Amino acid sequence: MHTSTKILLALAGAFALSGCQYDVLSPQGWVAGQERNLLLIATGLMLIVIVPVLIMAVYFPLKYRADRSDQSDYDPTFEHSTKIEVAVWGIPILIIIALGWLTYVYTHRLDPYRSLDHLNAGEPVEVQAVSLDWKWLFIYPEYGVASVNELAIPEGRPINFRLTSSTVMNTLSIPALGGMVYSMTGMETKLHLIADNTGTFFGRSAHYSGPGFSQMHFDTLSMTDEDFNAWIEKAKAEGGELTRTSYLALEKPTIDEPVSYYASVEAGLFDRVVEMCVEEGKVCMGHMMMQDELGGGGLEGIPAANAYSYDRARTIDGFGNPVELPELPTPDLEAFHEAFFNDPAAICGPEIISGYLSTEKKDNG
Amino acid sequence: MADGYVQPAETFSPIFGRLTLDWIPYHEPILIATFAGVALGGLVVLALMTYFKLWVPLWRDWVTTVDHKKIGIMYMVLGFIMLIRGFADALMMRAQQAMAAGGAEGYLPPHHFDQVFTAHGVIMIFFVAMVFITGIMNYVMPMQIGARDVAFPFLNNFSFWMTVSGALLVNISLFVGEFARVGWLAFPPLSGASYSTGPGMDYYLWALQIAGVGTTLSGINMIATVLKMRAPGMKLMDMPIFTWTTLITNVLIVVAFPVLTATLSLLTLDRYFDFRFFTNDFGGNAMMYINLIWIWGHPEVYILIIPCFGVFSEIVSTFSGKPIFGYKTMVWATACIMVLSFVVWLHHFFTMGSGANVNTFFGITTMIIAVPTGVKIFNWLFTMYKGRVRLEVPMLWTIGFLITFTIGGMTGVLLAVPPVDFQLHNTLFLIAHFHNVIIGGVVFAVYAAVSYWWPKAFGFRMNDTWGRRSFWFWFTGFYVAFMPLYALGLMGVTRRTATYPDAGWQPYFIVAAFGAVLILLGIVSTFINFYVSIRDRKQLACGTDPWDARTLEWATQSPPAPYNFPFDLQITGREAFWTMKQQGFTWPTTGYKPIHMPKGTAFGVLIAGLALVFGFAMVWYIWWLAILAFVGMIGLGIFHTFNYKRDYYIPAEEVSATEAKGAAA
Repeated sequence: MHTSTKILLALAGAFALSGCQYDVLSPQGWVAGQERNLLLIATGLMLIVIVPVLIMAVYFPLKYRADRSDQSDYDPTFEHSTKIEVAVWGIPILIIIALGWLTYVYTHRLDPYRSLDHLNAGEPVEVQAVSLDWKWLFIYPEYGVASVNELAIPEGRPINFRLTSSTVMNTLSIPALGGMVYSMTGMETKLHLIADNTGTFFGRSAHYSGPGFSQMHFDTLSMTDEDFNAWIEKAKAEGGELTRTSYLALEKPTIDEPVSYYASVEAGLFDRVVEMCVEEGKVCMGHMMMQDELGGGGLEGIPAANAYSYDRARTIDGFGNPVELPELPTPDLEAFHEAFFNDPAAICGPEIISGYLSTEKKDNG
Repeated sequence: MADGYVQPAETFSPIFGRLTLDWIPYHEPILIATFAGVALGGLVVLALMTYFKLWVPLWRDWVTTVDHKKIGIMYMVLGFIMLIRGFADALMMRAQQAMAAGGAEGYLPPHHFDQVFTAHGVIMIFFVAMVFITGIMNYVMPMQIGARDVAFPFLNNFSFWMTVSGALLVNISLFVGEFARVGWLAFPPLSGASYSTGPGMDYYLWALQIAGVGTTLSGINMIATVLKMRAPGMKLMDMPIFTWTTLITNVLIVVAFPVLTATLSLLTLDRYFDFRFFTNDFGGNAMMYINLIWIWGHPEVYILIIPCFGVFSEIVSTFSGKPIFGYKTMVWATACIMVLSFVVWLHHFFTMGSGANVNTFFGITTMIIAVPTGVKIFNWLFTMYKGRVRLEVPMLWTIGFLITFTIGGMTGVLLAVPPVDFQLHNTLFLIAHFHNVIIGGVVFAVYAAVSYWWPKAFGFRMNDTWGRRSFWFWFTGFYVAFMPLYALGLMGVTRRTATYPDAGWQPYFIVAAFGAVLILLGIVSTFINFYVSIRDRKQLACGTDPWDARTLEWATQSPPAPYNFPFDLQITGREAFWTMKQQGFTWPTTGYKPIHMPKGTAFGVLIAGLALVFGFAMVWYIWWLAILAFVGMIGLGIFHTFNYKRDYYIPAEEVSATEAKGAAA
């Protein structure tokens, strides 16, 4: 056989084999199914205009060729027709109205923040997902376990994701189950998905996030309740402890991190990740906002900057290596908090604080 | 981490800032080979120019010129040079992804691949597409309205050289240091000080800021030109569609580009002075950047496509032998697009957690844009209807555009439906979509415009065979390269991956790489066409009106005299040149008056050169040089205002002689 024929055959074979991988078109859950249906309906609606346009785009230049034999239909003054103009504005407007209505209905129905309780499926599973450089951490608060780069879910039960990130933006995306949502540092986003079948589905970050981005994918194992419980037991048997300290070790940038498990998870860890205060000595964002509300640290607060600093300690170079920067002076947090809460005037301008306190009194009184 | 590579240590010396020899990428064979090639090629060009004594003419007739036609041509040359650079990046990506399946690493490590895709996007948008459309508008629009030049000829020269400085800064990053690894819009926190250390991101910022000055000033210039320099009697509603689209695009530029400048300035403050606009900590908010950059970014795509709509309008009308169908509709549809382009930006990040009502609003506004765009498509189709369609090369590109852009528009509306976008956001489906509209729209329009107005600029046509080859390679190449990406997107393959785990995707990537090679042949055909056409210019010589055109730019000689029109034409109604032809107009050979003309000046290139030095110094923290260059720019700018020798007169005899020669030809 000819070499090129062989290559062609091999290519054809490869296409045939890969035919089952159209994750978006072969949904494995209700959300992805709805999204696929909408994709098809929208395409169909648009083809009403697109097909005639494509036909005209080929037919008109051929039919009205300058070298055609019968040129009696040449009309050099034909530049306006109210009928045609009404049609070319009207028909697209009608289609967009239909599509707009569909958009309204489906966007509300498929809002990633909307819980899937309305499906009357099984008991939902809470999963807290954290995108780290460059791996995924999944915490199962109800089961007290966690996993890295492997997401196990029971089929037929809604999965309520809470997402955040450790340094830069990522998106959590499992195309077979439905659409994606960004995970962002210092913020919490939500996503609700469900798997209708068991199977292994491809999951990944779909937002470029640095040198290890290409390896930031994971398997989603959709399994029966029994298998899921077995998986939880396996995590409990094999895993270490996920504490604030071990989280900080895990958080260090790595590429192509192998799957691993944690048998226990320190209480409130995810909230600390969201508030960027896993590290000892860092002020949680909620506290920072309260302090700002109280008038902020003022000039006197500047020496305490390290207690609020987050990005600096996570500086990386272009290859993903951590870069050591000179330490900022570490504030005496104990004294700082004491000063702030017991003697506000020590940190904030006296007028601001007294003003705040007096309004508060007024409100209470 | 990655194979033990470490970025050069951050050091600082008062003289060289943070620039050290470690930043010269001599360990990267690809870059060394490229550098050797560029250096050799450069030396050959320098030697040839010296041999043929071209330095003085180059400086006098081109570099310092304020003639909009020459500046337009220089923009096109810059665009084609940068197209080669940007396309080389594309080929590298296609080759990498064709290889890097199922655990294979390919030949580009992430550190290099990430720079390549960032550079590809930045170059193709800012230094190819923008440069091309600015060049076409510069060349054609003043002649379409019967003007001698643009409103501010010096500013035009300065704008061009600022664009060149930005382009040079991007190319310097190839051999001195590195380029950004952040994607073409540089979302923080990734592009912030902590997660993009090194000079790459700073090259990005300063290159875009410097080029952005040029773009904004050029926008102001063209608006002033259209509004104030039209030939007497030409009302707004008499202007050719291309002039209308030029006006509307430049309004968009003037409104949108300051947003880009401000956004990049905030990020610069974050990176240089430890501000906290877009950081994670200290109350920064990266989502703010993403909103701001797309408030510029979405109008930007219409800035690119609207003048292309103008190009196709002129071509379809000329080659159908009919006026454009629905002129008023065309103008109003373009105006609608201009306004709507500012209320759709959030559709670039439906997946960032906005509520259903917000997503619905931006989804529907996006779909509404499809209506005026669709109307324009129908108007082009009905211009051909009952016409006499000549399938010359510009018309081939137009039909290729109608087909390709329509398909791209459809996938665009699909992506505008938020729940569909949840699935397809950041996948290769999106990549396929925007290449579908940018190649099918902008690139095809540029090719159409070059083949259409080439005889205007040089007095001879381009070679027809090579023009057709170029079209067919591009047209088929586009489909072979990007249809597999639509398929991959539906499989959930994401953009910007240097490697991927699933070997089943590889055949699609190989086909896409083959498509890129077809496009390469299209580009090669273009350059062969330039060569062949210039070689055979005697045989290809044509009169002033080779296409039986309808708009005013064809009323002058080809190539036009420096003054474009020997006297102001009195315009009545649309399609001025068509009317003139019907009335049997000919230019007189005597009776001319001296023509007042602007004089060339070196200040534009000098100030822009200092801007390049300033940008380079800022990238490398060479503060003393940055201060000197900045003071120099301001000083030269002020000094130039005292230059009163800015004009000269072309004597009446010379005008008469030129016109007599034109009449005889």
